[in-house]
Amino acid sequence: MVTRPVVEVSDLRHAYADGTSALRGVSFQVGDGERLAIVGANGAGKSTTLLHLAGCLLPQAGSVRIAGLPLCRDTLAPLRRCVGLLFQNPDDQLFMPRVFDDVAFGPLNLGLPADEVRTRVMHALAVVGATHLAQRQPHRLSGGEKRAVTIAAVLSMSPTILLLDEPTAALDPRSRRQLIELLQTLGQTIIVATHDLDLVLDLCPRTLVLGEGSVIADGASGIILRDEALLAAAHLEKPLRLQSCPVCRGVSGQAASGCHSSNRV
Amino acid sequence: MARIESSFPDFGYLDSLASRDSPIHRLDPRVKLLTTLLFIVCVVSFDRYALSPLLPFAIYPVVLLTLAKLPPGYLLRKLLLASPFALCIGIFNPLFDRAILLHVGSLEISGGWISLASIMLRFVLTVAAALILVASSGFDSLCLALARLGAPAAFVVQLLLLHRYLFVLGDEALRLARARAQRSFGRHGIELPVVASLLAQLLLRTLDRAQRIYLAMKCRGFDGELRLLRPLRIGATDLCFLIGWTAALLCLRFVGPAPMIGRAIGGMSW
Repeated sequence: MVTRPVVEVSDLRHAYADGTSALRGVSFQVGDGERLAIVGANGAGKSTTLLHLAGCLLPQAGSVRIAGLPLCRDTLAPLRRCVGLLFQNPDDQLFMPRVFDDVAFGPLNLGLPADEVRTRVMHALAVVGATHLAQRQPHRLSGGEKRAVTIAAVLSMSPTILLLDEPTAALDPRSRRQLIELLQTLGQTIIVATHDLDLVLDLCPRTLVLGEGSVIADGASGIILRDEALLAAAHLEKPLRLQSCPVCRGVSGQAASGCHSSNRV
Repeated sequence: MARIESSFPDFGYLDSLASRDSPIHRLDPRVKLLTTLLFIVCVVSFDRYALSPLLPFAIYPVVLLTLAKLPPGYLLRKLLLASPFALCIGIFNPLFDRAILLHVGSLEISGGWISLASIMLRFVLTVAAALILVASSGFDSLCLALARLGAPAAFVVQLLLLHRYLFVLGDEALRLARARAQRSFGRHGIELPVVASLLAQLLLRTLDRAQRIYLAMKCRGFDGELRLLRPLRIGATDLCFLIGWTAALLCLRFVGPAPMIGRAIGGMSW
């Protein structure tokens, strides 16, 4: 399954300053171009894992290797170039006065020439379908627009790995659908931490289940997301699409017709 | 708490004024910034009893207001909102400075009253000029102008972030205020312990957010220097504006309009 690992996490441990231990020995590998979902209860360690992969936290024990480079203080700068992190709240990430400036922020810090930056910004905005927002102010955008722009801001640095923390939180269903379709077209290695298991079903062939700081399960999404006992242990529920229809449940034999007629009433 | 809700959208309005189009809006922000600074320095540099020499300076805000097609009512309201601060500075002057300086008929006016009037006049002139500057340029363009004029990067970054997160902070304050109103059942007035804990909440949330923003900036290679990709070009119009107003303001400051007008009239009658 794993071809050439671009992310290698082995026995990663982390405790926060107040003594809460967030990760108690997490190990996994992600291959080039793979799309992995990290799921689990609140406080299971999803965000902490992502923060490590983005170089925002350094391993206290264990190791993280990204594209072959071990994560430590000296390798932070090159590592951040190949990893793009999307924060849960777009407002934390859109800190520049205009959308254009925000998308240009990363490339300008890479020291690219002005023309190259302009091309990259317009290309990234075009990919997420937000070219018309370039001169807008971030606080005047809708939730879906903010999300699209944060993705453009990360794409403009051409990272090889995208880390998404709850990308569909607080999006309306249509914006959520557009986001999923957009993510499906991207060629990068994608790691998503989420509670939205229907998103996992659409986007990620592989799922990693975390519980209390360790890996409970790691395998094909199709199998893990059907395993009700496992999901319950991780404070999760089967994706809605895999659950039986609440209307026609128990009406054996005429499920389809019963379901449709009640929908119409 | 309703006051927060009603006064907050105003910030956004100031921003939307900046996105309008007019000859003043099209000027380079550096030129407007320098002219406004010169105007402010000129106005505050008069001695403390100055009143009549200050009046002609009103021409600057009036001309800019007209050319930039900004709504005067809005600016007046903003001035009124800020006036208590200026009033606080000058309010004790009439008490301390009782020397009579002026007789108007039988009315004797003390130096304190004159200096209070002078302070208020300066306040109106300078704050109006600053408001017009922001309303005709936009906050971010002004920050860019400051950066290009050599202001320290840390200062410019602070200003930019302040402006960006004013709205986010305002929203957060609004939510806190609503949550409080929801459960205080129409009781009005300020309950200090409640307000204190609301403010503490706001501070903690802000610190958390600051941490996340800093991480987001680090993730995208922030190294302390803010780079903005925006062309700024000073053209002939900009130069004319700068030189014209510099000359006019310096004339008003050092020569005064009265002798000039007098000479002009005198010249005509001879």
